[in-house]
This record gives sequence, structure tokens and C-alpha cells, in this order.
Amino acid sequence: VDYSPFLGIEKGAVLQEARVFNDPQLDPRRCSQVITKLLYLLNQGETFTKVEATEVFFAVTKLFQSRDMGLRRMVYVIIKELSPSADEVIIVTSSLMKDMTSKTDMYRANAIRVLCRITDGTLLTQIERYLKQAIVDKNPVVASAALVSGIHLLQTNPEIVKRWSNEVQEAVQSRAALVQFHALALLHQIRQNDRLAVNKLVSSLTRGSVRSPLAQCLLIRYTSQVIRESTNDTQTGDRPFYDFLEGCLRHKAEMVIFEAARAITELNGVTSRELTPAITVLQLFLSSSKPVLRFAAVRTLNKVAMSHPTAVTNCNIDMESLISDQNRSIATLAITTLLKTGNESSVDRLMKQITNFMSDIADEFKIVVVDAIRSLCLKFPLKHRSLMNFLSNILREEGGFEYKKAIVDSIVILIRDIPEAKESGLLHLCEFIEDCEFTYLSTQILHFLGIEGPKTSDPSKYIRYIYNRVHLENATVRAGAVSTLAKFGAMVDGLKPRIFVLLRRCLFDNDDEVRDRATLYLNTLGGDGAVVETDDGVKEFLFGSLDVPLVNLENSLKNYNPSEKAFDINSVPKDVKTQPLAEKKATSKKPTGLGAPPPGP
Amino acid sequence: ESCPSIKNILLLDSEGNRVAVKYYSDEWPNNSVKEAFEKSLFTKTQKTNARTEAEIAMFESHIIVYKFVQDLHFFVTGAENENELILVTVLQGFFDAVGLLLRGTVDKKEALENLDLILLCLDEIVDGGIILETDANVIAGKVASHSIDAAAPLSEQTISQALATAREHLARSLL
Repeated sequence: VDYSPFLGIEKGAVLQEARVFNDPQLDPRRCSQVITKLLYLLNQGETFTKVEATEVFFAVTKLFQSRDMGLRRMVYVIIKELSPSADEVIIVTSSLMKDMTSKTDMYRANAIRVLCRITDGTLLTQIERYLKQAIVDKNPVVASAALVSGIHLLQTNPEIVKRWSNEVQEAVQSRAALVQFHALALLHQIRQNDRLAVNKLVSSLTRGSVRSPLAQCLLIRYTSQVIRESTNDTQTGDRPFYDFLEGCLRHKAEMVIFEAARAITELNGVTSRELTPAITVLQLFLSSSKPVLRFAAVRTLNKVAMSHPTAVTNCNIDMESLISDQNRSIATLAITTLLKTGNESSVDRLMKQITNFMSDIADEFKIVVVDAIRSLCLKFPLKHRSLMNFLSNILREEGGFEYKKAIVDSIVILIRDIPEAKESGLLHLCEFIEDCEFTYLSTQILHFLGIEGPKTSDPSKYIRYIYNRVHLENATVRAGAVSTLAKFGAMVDGLKPRIFVLLRRCLFDNDDEVRDRATLYLNTLGGDGAVVETDDGVKEFLFGSLDVPLVNLENSLKNYNPSEKAFDINSVPKDVKTQPLAEKKATSKKPTGLGAPPPGP
Repeated sequence: ESCPSIKNILLLDSEGNRVAVKYYSDEWPNNSVKEAFEKSLFTKTQKTNARTEAEIAMFESHIIVYKFVQDLHFFVTGAENENELILVTVLQGFFDAVGLLLRGTVDKKEALENLDLILLCLDEIVDGGIILETDANVIAGKVASHSIDAAAPLSEQTISQALATAREHLARSLL
């Protein structure tokens, strides 16, 4: 039995229980328990109607009468969860304001957080005085509460929060570690559009004392901003503040070391000399026992490899050992980095290592590797044979649609961009469609074969593969194969006799689309099987693109009223009001392969 | 240049069900979206070994750090370009604070029986996405006792004193 103290809990029953909040003699422990149950329900996604939420809220407000600290703490939490509306907030305002000026630090800190969460502009001006005092309060928890609330309020009431600059500035000097962190974050947000102010802030803090790793990370970020915005004094030695960043590489906190290393790698026009100390540090992280460190380092180095591959080659040995990392994200990043930094002679060895690796990882990682291999092949076109073989092999193994499509797209791109790879590439695709489970891919490949095949030195060798599709596949693929055969016949006169024989056999197909296409081509290609040229107009008619979007054509046809005036295709509008598809893709522009599949049924 | 930001903290059980979760971002606008995220994330990370060291993954263009103990799965989510080490510091703070508050017996049963402590813990770590505190002793101290100066790290004795109060919670079982 899966034990849970909330087994069988039911919203209605708990709402009934909440009536104890109205008792004149409050039992703090009991009330705390009920609040816990309410929070449990809310956390589990239970919905409260507006009426229920309001009732609970009003009942909860009664609990301010108790002086029990544990209960009060729970009250603060549930008020925030219930997110009362503006008119409900009024009920608790005075209680919270009282707590905000309480002698008890915990009350002050939490009341501030609750008030600022539920407040509006008018209330804010009333309590502003106390917030400013709280920012410089001796108790760090109170100060942090006010500062963090200020950061949130900056989104909705910036004019008010900006008036607290002096207090926030003072808090930046606080000796309490996190107070400085929060103050720094708030001050920067207040001043972020004032370049000079940020510059001053960074200058003073890089020379002063920073009391927490978090604050140091912030400072590194702001320093990067200042460096980015400063005018390039390229002649005179180092970048401003580079020394500060470099110094952070020796900080005792790992988060600071990493933040600094990353910041250096992201400097505009960073030089190899500037990169070196950062890469050294990241290299050390690669062999850490902590996956998070290895991941952070390899991810950063992966990015650096895009623009400065030579700077990363020193890490290749460490990268290679990461190929077998238990964490597959790390392994994939290592491989793709190696693919970027590898030179021509290491390609073969790399491919061997990757072959073993591919069977171990999920499709989403495989796709990343496939993209990297494609880039590598374009970089070293002389290696096309082994890389193309590799792609062809993985194409034949297990995998989902997106993965196979990625491989096919890569092969298509290589065929287009590397002339020497065309013939072998097309043959690989032919072999693939002999055993392809995805209709979409088969038809797209057949279409592509129809375009590229006729241009090769010996187009006839593809005919067998294409015609076999007419026997063995579903109707959609068969129809596609018929069109491809016709294309070959149209473009290569010498093949016409053979094509005509094959097309005539298609007239007996079960499917009418297949038969119709065969009929169309037999009647229009011309010559009835003789070796003649197909008229250019016919080629355009059969294989040219439709000038108008299908959707518009369909609409126009529907609207056409049969009359003496014939339907005029020129009357169909050419632009399409496209509905933007929600595309959650990475920002990098991928070179297109076969194109996107149509929206499915 | 932005302040480090936490998108959510999740505590799930060994089947991917919620024990306690807190979201700090509008990216998950309603409960079904949240649950779908949790289920997918759980499935994706389920087979990894995140018991000795914190693990990390990229998921739906977020960075997730996570750690498992007994039948509990802890997750912290940040943006794709966030400093991973900051995220893991938050995770470790939450993880260790829960360990202190549950007096070393960190499993689902204990967590649910002390759900108030867990929720208070979350409330002390992140406020609206901004990191409040990462030191587990400080976090646990603030949760377990309200009479002690919250900012001072607790000695072992004060922790056990504070947790005696927490044990009192336990004694009053949720009948």
C-alpha cells in the first residue's frame, strides 16, 4: 500500500475543516495542519472556484489573531498561493503592515515579501518608507526580502523602485553575502540603461570586495556587458577588465571560475591569447567526477569550437574519453566538438569511434551527430566516401522518422554540394528506399532521383530501383515511382523505349492514381516508345511547378460558377496568408534537405 | 545581463508523481502543461543514475539538474544559457536542507508527513525565480525554528533543538 498522510484527502472535507480558523480559541497546530492540507491540494493541481478561494482566504485572515510563529509562517505561504484579488487584499493589508514593522525579524521579512507580491501601486506608496528602511536593515534576511521584492516590483512599478537607489547603493556595501548579491542585482536593473553608471559600478566593485560567489557571478556578467559596450581600443594592449575576468579563473568557487571562463569565450572578437587561460580551466573540468562540471565545460568548448576550432584541439584527448560518458548529453557534445575540431587525418578514426557510439544513444542525440557529420563532410569533401558510407550504414539501422529524415537530408545536401559524391550518394538513396518504412521519405527520394538521376553519366542504372517500387510498395509510393520513371523518360531520350515498356505495365495497377499517371505520361511524352525528344512545353506541363498555391487554386475552383466563361487560372491569387507554425527549433539556420513534411492527417 | 533565474523546483516520487512543486515562470501557464512537463522530464531522466552525483540534461531547451535519493527525485530547472553550476548549487541547497529537516530519512513517506517543512523550505530558497539562499544549514534553520536569528548558521546543537520542534509536527499526525 502506498502510504500517504493525504490518502483519501478531499477538497470539500478540507474546506469544512478550515472552519476551525474561525474559532475564537485558535489551535495553532491544528490550523497549521489544515493549511498544509490546503497547500497540498493546491500543489496537486486541485482547482478552487473563485468562491472557494475567497472563502479560504477570508478564513485564513482570521489567523492573524494568533501569535504562534509557526502558524504565522504558514499563513504567509498560503496567502501567496491563494493570490488574492485587489479587493480581497485590503482585508490583510493592515495585519501585514503591522507585521512589517514588528520587532520579530521573521515577521518583517515575510510580511514584506507577501505585501509586495499582492500589492498594487497605491499601497506601495504607503509602505515605501518601510521598504526603504528594510533594505538597509541590520538583519540580512529582512534586507534581502526587501531587495528581492524590489527586483520584482521593478517590472510593475519602476518609478517607485528607482527612488530607492540610495538605499540599494548602501546595501551593495553590505558585509552580508547575499544582501550584496540582491542589492547588486537590483541596482544594476535600475541603472542598466545608464552606461556610465554601470561602468562606475563595475569599476568600483572589481576593485572592492565581493562577498559571495553569486555576487561575483553577477559582477562577471556586468563586466562582460561593459566590455561589450566600450569602444574598441584595440591598439593599446589588453581589453579593459580582461585582467579581472582572468583573475576570476582562480576563484575558489567553481561557479565563479566557470562564469568567468564562459564570459571570456564569449568576448567579441576574442583572440587565442585571451582564450587560452579560459580553455585551460575548462579542460580541467572535462575530467571532473561531477557530471555537471563536465557538461558545462564541454558545452562551452563546443561553442568555442564553432569559431576557434584550433583553440580547442588541445582538449581532443579529454574529449575522446568523454565519448563513453554515461551522460549521453555530454557524450554527444564531445563527439560533435571533435567533429568540429578534427582534422582530415583524424576523420576515419573518429568515424570508427562514433559507429559504436551511435547505437547507444537516443534519436535526438543522433540527429545532432548527423548534422555535425554533414558539416564535417562539407569541410573535408575529399572524405566524402567514408562519411557517406557512414551515413548510409546508419540509415539502414533502427531509427525513427525524424532521425532518418535528418540522415536523408544530409545525404541530399552532400550530393548537391560535392559533385564527386553524387553518384554514390544517389545509389545509397536507392538502396535505402528498397527497405524504407516511411512513405514520405520514399516519395521525396523518388522525386529527388527524378531530378538528379537523369543528369548523371549513366541514368539507366537507377531505373531498376525505381521500377521495383512500382511492384512492392503502397499506392502513394507507386504513384511517385511512376512519375519518376516518366521524368527519366522525358529527360533522357535514349531511355524512352524501356520507360514506355515499364509505364505500359503500370496501366494495370490496382490504384487509379497510378493508372492515371501512367496514362498521362504515355500519351504526352511522345513518340510512343521511340527515341525522340520530348517537347519542352510538355516537360514544363508535366514536371514544372504549379505557379499558384494549391490552397488558393482550390478556393478559386470552389468559387467558380460554371458559365460560358472558362475558368482562368491567371485569376488565382498568388500569395498565401500563411499561419505561422509554432516552431520550437534552434536558432541556427539549417541548410534544407528534402523539405518539411506536410501536416499529417 | 540578467540575474540568475530559477524556472521551477520539482520534488517527484519514483513514479513521477508530485510530492511538492513550485513554478516561477509563465512558460507553464496551467496545471496540465505542468504535469505534462513533469511526466516527460521524469521519463527522460528515470533511467539515469543520479544518486551519487547530481546529473544534468537539456530538455525542451531548458537545463535541468537533478538528484535522486530513495524514492524521491529532485529537479531544478533553468534557462538554456544559465550557469549550470549555479543551478546545481540551488539543487544541492534544497537537497541537503531537506536531508537536515527530515533528519536523514529522506523518502517520500517522510516528505509527505513533513510536507509543511518541505514547502517552507522551497519558500526560503527561491522567491519568484530569484535565489534567496543556497546554504542548507541556513535554509533548514529558518524553517525549523523561528526564534533563532535566521541569518546565523546553526551549530549542531541548535539544529537538533530546532528539529525537536519539527518532530513535534510529526507527533501530531495528520489524522
